[in-house]
Amino acid sequence: MDLAAILALNVVNGAASLFLLCLGLAIIFGMMRIINLAHGEFVMLGAYAAVISANAGVNIFVAMLVVAPLFVGLVGLVVERCLIRFLYGRLVDSMLATWGLSLLIVGLVTTIFGNTMQGVATPFGGFSIGAYRTSWYTLFLLAVALVMLVLIYAILRYTRFGLIARAVMQNPEMAAVLGVSPARIYMATFSLGAAVTGLAGGVLAPVSGITPVMGGAYVAKAFITVVGGGAAIISGTSSASALFGLVNQLGAYLTTPVYGEVVLFLAAIVLIRLLPQGISGRFFKGTI
Amino acid sequence: MMTISRRKFLKTTVSASAALAAPGISTRYAFGSEDPIKVGSLLDQSGAIASSGVTMVTAMEQGIAEINDAGGLLGRPLKLIQYDTQSNIQLYSQYAQQLALKDRVDVVHGGITSASREAIRPTFDRFRVLYFYNVLYEGGVCDRDTFCTGTTPAQTVEKLVPYAMKKSGKKAYIIAADYNYGQITAKWMTKYMQDNGGEVLSVDFFPLDVTNFGPTISKIQEAKPDLILSALVGGNHVSFYRQWQSAGMKDQIPIASTTFGLVNEPSTVEAAVSQGIYGCYGYYEELDTPESKAFVEKLKKRWPQIPYISELTAATYEGLYLWAEGVKKAGSLDRMKVIEALETGVSYKGPSGEVKLDPATHHTVRNAYLAVVEDKKWNVLETFKAVPPSDTASVCDLLKNPADNQQYVIDIKA
Repeated sequence: MDLAAILALNVVNGAASLFLLCLGLAIIFGMMRIINLAHGEFVMLGAYAAVISANAGVNIFVAMLVVAPLFVGLVGLVVERCLIRFLYGRLVDSMLATWGLSLLIVGLVTTIFGNTMQGVATPFGGFSIGAYRTSWYTLFLLAVALVMLVLIYAILRYTRFGLIARAVMQNPEMAAVLGVSPARIYMATFSLGAAVTGLAGGVLAPVSGITPVMGGAYVAKAFITVVGGGAAIISGTSSASALFGLVNQLGAYLTTPVYGEVVLFLAAIVLIRLLPQGISGRFFKGTI
Repeated sequence: MMTISRRKFLKTTVSASAALAAPGISTRYAFGSEDPIKVGSLLDQSGAIASSGVTMVTAMEQGIAEINDAGGLLGRPLKLIQYDTQSNIQLYSQYAQQLALKDRVDVVHGGITSASREAIRPTFDRFRVLYFYNVLYEGGVCDRDTFCTGTTPAQTVEKLVPYAMKKSGKKAYIIAADYNYGQITAKWMTKYMQDNGGEVLSVDFFPLDVTNFGPTISKIQEAKPDLILSALVGGNHVSFYRQWQSAGMKDQIPIASTTFGLVNEPSTVEAAVSQGIYGCYGYYEELDTPESKAFVEKLKKRWPQIPYISELTAATYEGLYLWAEGVKKAGSLDRMKVIEALETGVSYKGPSGEVKLDPATHHTVRNAYLAVVEDKKWNVLETFKAVPPSDTASVCDLLKNPADNQQYVIDIKA
């Protein structure tokens, strides 16, 4: 019983971290069709922003939940203005450009901060379920993921910005005819995606090894999850995160961590084969 | 436009090139002995392994500068040719060829991961370039052209496992990185657990990009070991120690590691995460000997913000000096003469203490130090003097079989 509870918590933790990592990508890739290969580096920048501000004396929660997304959101704004806006609708070119961008960011961060980085302590500490111990931080990650899910859903579904953003993504010409400036909406949406990614980096910082190349560990899984989720940002990404989180965590527990990764990728292949439009292309049609 | 006939062109260019070349030829004859001795070096200054590589390059530069200040070798100065291999095995192969064929270096020091060493070792064998690998590794390389100056499991793991068992208990859970270093080190850990009457509950391997250790932490708690033995590698795997501590397991089960602290983990993770982790290496920055203090001071002067100075850095510096001792003894740069001189068992008293080359294995007999992390620093608990590389010695005898050239996977009864 205790074991079942702790395993359930592991699965929830795996799914929540995956969801946080993917949400920003889902906005940028799922909505805007920009393949952002610098996604992992946005995560890394979020982690660095959180760690550096926390070590400079900023409250750890402010650092993770405010500084990290704001900083990466600003980076996203600059990147969109200088690079991405020339590449809308040019899928392959955007891949090449963002891959170059990722190398540039890794190089810059290494030059400024070196190859290793002082980390921050994990807040909260641990608790026991029967004979097993786990950390409160697991539940905190889950809470942040749920809040982000509700927040992004509410923004897209109930605000004027959300409505216009969705309209621009569907048909930019028609939106422009109706008096909306698509360029500004693209800019805002890209920055929002970057900010959400920065937040993920911020909250994962206390439980990760912080190095300039840490983004590489996340980018493949994030893309697989977003593709597996399909076009609907919230329902697709959350269902794919839950599925892959479950498969990965249980796989790692029941066999070895090596096979945990293998079954994750295997599940992704099977899923894409059966549902080429992703989960939301079949089950959550018409949702956000 | 001026027209130039072919004849005129040839005349002028030939005489011009002769004039240009003449000083070169005459200098070569007049000051031939001043030609620098070329020391090749292949270390990662960027990419995933760079955090190890950058301090090793500093140690090479320091050693070369010192030797030059003391008048060089055989009356000639040394010149360092270092290529940044960018944590990329393909670049190792490429630059190894460049060092051997284009730069025609007299010796190469370098390689960090075992994979990089095995990528370049055959190149240096083929082109007959003397090669030094100055990194702790899993042992077993047996090659007359190659000298391995770092520690091997018989020098460190053999000391670490019984000590950690004495402090905790007889049941261990092994976690290791999923490539040749981790796989082989896990076997050594298993062997030394069993030799000391212990039991290994499970061995788990992790690809280098695993960042979520939740399932593993649950599995470990289910197995209830007395001790964790870790050979996790790289920045992503540091997550394990953080997640272990945040789950509150830190004070329940102790950790002994063959990798933690080789870069600068104790100073970058919080004290609560690293406190009480055991390690055993050939060198620590905290060593309280005059040679060690002088070494640390010199490197800090060269690079004030230098990260932690570990065995990797010290062994690189000592490897260079061991080679220099060999050249001095041989009185020549001829590869075979230097190898024969090194095989007389040259030694050098470096920052880690007396380091002596073992003629039969081309490895080193050196001190090992057992330490525990306290307040983000290593506290050295025990010193083992002049530990021989007995693992490699059990399979390799280059005095008897000088033509041997392979890396033995030492058969561990596990």
